Amino acid sequence: MTITTSTAYWTTVCAYDRLLPERGVAALVDGVQVAIFRTYDGDLYALGNRDPIGGAQVMSRGIVGDRGGVPTVASPLHKQVYDLRTGECLDLPGVLVPTYPVRCEGGLVEVLVDRL
Amino acid sequence: MSRNLVVAGHGMVAQRFLEAFADRGPDGWTVTVLAEEDRPAYDRVRLSAWFDSYDAADLDLGGAPAGVELRLGQPVTAIDRDRRVVSTPAGETPYDVLVLATGSRAFVPPISGSDLPGVFVYRTIEDLEQLKEWSTANGRRVGAVLGGGLLGLEAANALRLLGLETHVVEFAPRLMPLQVDEGGGAVLKRHIEGLGVTVHTARGCAGLEGGPDGVTRMRFNDGGELAVDVVVVAAGIRPRDELAEAAGLAKGPRGGFLVDDACATADPAIWAIGECASLSVAGGDGVCYGLVAPGYAMAEVVADRLTGGESKMALPDTSTKLKLLGVDVASFGAPFAPGLDVVVTDQVTGVYAKLLLTDDAKTLLGGILVGDASAYPTLRASLGGPLPAAPLAMLAPAGEGGAKMDLPGTAQVCSCHAVTKDHVTDAIAGGCADVAGLKTCTKAGTGCGSCIPLLKQLLAAGGVAQSKALCEHFTYSRQELFDIIRVRRVTSFSELVSEYGSGRGCDICKPAIASILATTNPGYILDGEQAALQDTNDHFLANIQRDGTYSVVPRIPGGEITPEKLIVIGEVARDFGLYTKITGGQRIDLFGARVEQLPVIWQRLVDAGFESGHAYGKALRTVKSCVGETWCRYGVQDSVGLAIDLELRYRGLRAPHKLKSAVSGCARECAEARSKDFGIIATENGWNLYVAGNGGFRPRHADLFLTDLSTQDLVRYIDRFLMYYIRTADRLQRTSAWLEAMDGGLDHLRDVIVDDSLGLCAELDAQMAQHVTAYADEWRATLDDPDRLARFVSFVNAPDTPDPDIKFEVERGQNVPTRQGPVPVTIGGAR
Ligand SMILES: Cc1cc2nc3c(=O)[nH]c(=O)nc-3n(C[C@H](O)[C@H](O)[C@H](O)COP(=O)(O)OP(=O)(O)OC[C@H]3O[C@@H](n4cnc5c(N)ncnc54)[C@H](O)[C@@H]3O)c2cc1C
Ligand code: SF4
Ligand code: FES
Repeated sequence: MTITTSTAYWTTVCAYDRLLPERGVAALVDGVQVAIFRTYDGDLYALGNRDPIGGAQVMSRGIVGDRGGVPTVASPLHKQVYDLRTGECLDLPGVLVPTYPVRCEGGLVEVLVDRL
Repeated sequence: MSRNLVVAGHGMVAQRFLEAFADRGPDGWTVTVLAEEDRPAYDRVRLSAWFDSYDAADLDLGGAPAGVELRLGQPVTAIDRDRRVVSTPAGETPYDVLVLATGSRAFVPPISGSDLPGVFVYRTIEDLEQLKEWSTANGRRVGAVLGGGLLGLEAANALRLLGLETHVVEFAPRLMPLQVDEGGGAVLKRHIEGLGVTVHTARGCAGLEGGPDGVTRMRFNDGGELAVDVVVVAAGIRPRDELAEAAGLAKGPRGGFLVDDACATADPAIWAIGECASLSVAGGDGVCYGLVAPGYAMAEVVADRLTGGESKMALPDTSTKLKLLGVDVASFGAPFAPGLDVVVTDQVTGVYAKLLLTDDAKTLLGGILVGDASAYPTLRASLGGPLPAAPLAMLAPAGEGGAKMDLPGTAQVCSCHAVTKDHVTDAIAGGCADVAGLKTCTKAGTGCGSCIPLLKQLLAAGGVAQSKALCEHFTYSRQELFDIIRVRRVTSFSELVSEYGSGRGCDICKPAIASILATTNPGYILDGEQAALQDTNDHFLANIQRDGTYSVVPRIPGGEITPEKLIVIGEVARDFGLYTKITGGQRIDLFGARVEQLPVIWQRLVDAGFESGHAYGKALRTVKSCVGETWCRYGVQDSVGLAIDLELRYRGLRAPHKLKSAVSGCARECAEARSKDFGIIATENGWNLYVAGNGGFRPRHADLFLTDLSTQDLVRYIDRFLMYYIRTADRLQRTSAWLEAMDGGLDHLRDVIVDDSLGLCAELDAQMAQHVTAYADEWRATLDDPDRLARFVSFVNAPDTPDPDIKFEVERGQNVPTRQGPVPVTIGGAR
């Protein structure tokens, strides 16, 4: 992924404690809907919230787990499974959701969204 | 020029012939069926199942294939072989090829009074309809069956089900004299007497007495008498060969159209198949076969011959396995031939088994099993070859001994369709991975079904690990996980996956485990770690829709609602702009709520006395009801009252899949209870319980499970049925599929639930009691707790902002989602 520093900066979304392990939340960052997940081991991932198959903004409400060790989320609409690290759909090759950099700074969750 | 194929009779064998002929796709034929009965072919083998539903549609065989002209109520009355035409009351029909498939008629011995009203035979649906009407009329109390063979015992069961005191009269010294020997007959008799049926063996009927109002008395040949109100004559069958004489067609020694091993009569244009054919194989005497499998084989032979094939009949296999009045009876091969026999009689369990071997004890010739026929498929497939294990080991009850049985490749596994073990193993090697797959590619198992256990064994042996693993994270089946969780007292997913699984779970195992935990540790299901296991519907206590909004379904027990509550629903829907629709489950669905609206909407509903309808869960949905005795002039019980009680008892019960129920106030069945997982139909004396019905993708009528129950017994058996299902079903397996996959089926279920054969009932009862006590409304519990409410926001960083992508347009005066972006291919998600 390319991040152009001039148009992107970190946005604070919520306290880290607000995230339940293995569940997601949605955040609205300057008009962009982002799904943020905390996995069991405490890692953070951020994907686009829009389900590319069904079209609705629901990815944050999927079930988090793993497939062959790869951290995943399943779409709550039609259950396709996506790689949380790359946004690739593991069931339908070629289908992709965008990913965003995400981090925890001083107990706060921040995402980096590329604004146009 | 097209040739005329005419078939006389549309019974089971004719139907099979028409299908086999159509499958071969022959060109240039005009096919006409002239049928005597007024309905298309039905499943006569399962005729007695008519008493489960009184619905002839349950026996339907699918009708004649496309392109065939079926003329019902048009019996063939004569064959003119010179002009090649057959006559019916409507006129003449020319043929180039004529296939006779006229079956048999019931044989009524020449005794006085056999033509009295109240004397019936047992062959057609009409016979059963008349029998029922007569027997259920006022004052009819005692029924007797003449004949203690297969048919007679089926008829005896019918009389029992009609509530009559039942007698069976058999001239021979034992029941089923054609199939079983003395030892087997004695065990069978004990079983049947145990059901309250009086068995008179070695006793003949000398005459029937009565008058225009019906039969009243049966006289025996030993001078005795019996007062009777109903008599069923089941003294054997005779082939329907009445067309033979006038047409100059030869008959077999005991009647029937005489045919050779190609099923051809002496006239090259005329063939005969099924029970009306007297089959002579390899120059032997003609024999009529009163079983469907030989008839099917004849149908295939003629279909093949007419399309250029050369197939021939072998000597038919007359092995049979039946369940008569709940008792397994099997007879195979030549059980009465001379040879060495091995006999096991267990008076305690009521099991009798006999194997007949050649004198060198190397070859299996035949055998008889009564009381437990689990060894039947393997034994039958071993006929004419060596036994796969020591005789006693093979007869040991299932599960014991564990003898490894290796059948030769040529052994016939499925005799209905002549499928050998080699066919099956080839199909498995070719990718068939389950019984359903084998059915499609080999046809094995699609006839009587008795070979299915053997198919399962072959699948297992063929290395098709019939994987029961739930998903990649657990090698256990759902049932095994249920037992682990219960016995080890596991309370969290993390504990389970780290000790008994691998990885971090997925959308398959997590909701399945959440559902099990909801049963073993009832209570609020969304706290702590359990929150992360639920799919979005359970997580937000609402059903997700295609646009990411949710639907709201308050519980309306039994479909009964006051006007005040109806108005509240209307007001809520209006105030939040929700699309409103009445569901098939007699309640109201409100669509288009955003996550952040759910708590506000539910606050108003809960304040008005509503609670969660669990439309989002794999849980009890609704118990529908008809208005019942309260209003309906036909009703015999309070169906609404019962439906409400049941819905309140089982509300919130989490299960492997959704559960639906209904209660009808009388046999007219307005609530459609027989399409439900458990359905109840009122009778004069109580309630009939039906189980394992299904609407949806693969509809199935529920099976009659227990009759005339008191309300207390009814509830107890439903409790156990549900808990046993919850414990043992696979993930997402509806009760219908669960029951179909169960070894032993309905009888096994009855053993477990009614007779407590597994010693489980106390535990099942306790578990349901725990559910009933622990139930609390999930929505109220959520609204009462600010922590639990925190998740109901569209955006974690903008709690009051609605999802800007949710847009509606108006259709027929209501909000519906604006269709945007790619339209989903299938419509999934829980309903
Ligand atoms: C209660 C019961 C239980 C049974 N259980 C078993 C079992 O467990 N296993 C088993 O293998 N078998 C069983 N059978 C036997 C099985 O049903 C028969 O073997 C099978 O139905 C024979 O099929 P068919 O087509 O030859 O005859 P049928 O099914 O009798 O069909 C013949 C049809 O031809 C019609 N017909 C007759 N004459 C004419 C005419 N002149 N013109 C036009 N139409 C005519 C008849 O009305 C009938 O509809 C059972 C039978 C009964 C009655
Ligand atoms: S099922 Fe019977 S009681 Fe119920 S509405 Fe229909 S006719 Fe009336
Ligand atoms: S033996 Fe009857 S279906 Fe296979």
